[in-house]
Amino acid sequence: MANAKDALLDPLFNNNPIALQILGICSALAVTNKMSTALTMSIAVILVIACSNAAVSAIRNHIPNSVRIIVQMTIIATLVIIVDQMLKAYAYEMSKQLSVYVGLIITNCIVMGRAEAYAMKNPVYESFLDGIGNGLGYSLILLIVAFIRELFGSGSFFGLTILNPVNNDGWYVTNGLMLLAPSAFFLIGFIIWALRTWKPELQE
Amino acid sequence: MAHYFTIFFDSVFVDNIALTFFLGMCTFIAVSKKVDTAIMLGIAVVAVEFITVPVNNILYNVLLKEGALAWAGYPELDLSFLGLITYIGVIAAIVQILEMFLDKYFPALYNALGIFLPLITVNCAILGASLFMVERDYNFGESTVYGIGVGVGFGIALALLAGIREKLVYSDMPKALRGVGATFIVVGLMAMSFQAFSGLQF
Repeated sequence: MANAKDALLDPLFNNNPIALQILGICSALAVTNKMSTALTMSIAVILVIACSNAAVSAIRNHIPNSVRIIVQMTIIATLVIIVDQMLKAYAYEMSKQLSVYVGLIITNCIVMGRAEAYAMKNPVYESFLDGIGNGLGYSLILLIVAFIRELFGSGSFFGLTILNPVNNDGWYVTNGLMLLAPSAFFLIGFIIWALRTWKPELQE
Repeated sequence: MAHYFTIFFDSVFVDNIALTFFLGMCTFIAVSKKVDTAIMLGIAVVAVEFITVPVNNILYNVLLKEGALAWAGYPELDLSFLGLITYIGVIAAIVQILEMFLDKYFPALYNALGIFLPLITVNCAILGASLFMVERDYNFGESTVYGIGVGVGFGIALALLAGIREKLVYSDMPKALRGVGATFIVVGLMAMSFQAFSGLQF
């Protein structure tokens, strides 16, 4: 069972997909100005990675090598369409806020990368856990960034007011930069810096 | 005419796809170590965007949009849920065709672009441009201009970042910040400077 535990926990810190493999940043940063959007996106990505890893792994011995990219792409695209339609049906407001970024899970390099690097060589159960582990690693960074951005940008947490902002007769002057694009880059940069100070063997 | 210019200018500077919408980041970080390769990739992105966005626009309007199949006798069909899989299929196919075409007629350019062409298939900036085109309801002309604009914007941002990173190698930073960490902070500063364009109006 050690193998399964590694597959699940390794991607959280030692081999985090965002901070170390620099994969899947594309869709990650745009949805992190609020906790609720970041959480929805995390759940969607975990579902897609875990299912696509399991599906690719289940048919890995039947995929001809020359068309494997197309096969993986089709499986991933199908799963993303299911997620997208579910969101539109049951959480329409959320799906409007996430706009094109749900669709962009298809080209999220983590999903494709795990299918190619792990699921093509390993049995179904391990691949499924590896998918969940990588999804959690992605979610971890996403939620940290979203927490900082929402707390300092609008003084709230999941929409609940924590630091009462000035324009609401409170005392907290909101930091507008936190809601803009550049802050997400800075935060990821700092997270990578912190992670590499903590684990020096990861430095370049 | 002014309308088209606005779309072009917006997509290159104000709504730069890499710096404002965070698309194509994986390639953006990975291929920005040298200016030469960055410019090559920029050219490839412009070529692919220029073809895929208008083609996806035609497909969307003729086949997928609600009521678009009226010409075939199915006015009540709405196939827009097939959009994602269609666009990614079109992109993969066009990249493949472009690769074979370049290999046959422009072998020098093909060798220079090398691995970058197939890599572009999984670049979110390409799929993202098609999805934004659908969301903003562009017509054929607008989507052509938008496609070129997005490509040029991505190319410019990539070449600028590569220029900065070439100099950054010589700077004395904390060890843990070197490489990717510093690159993210530089990209953040670039994104701030590109936001200065957002006050411009035509």
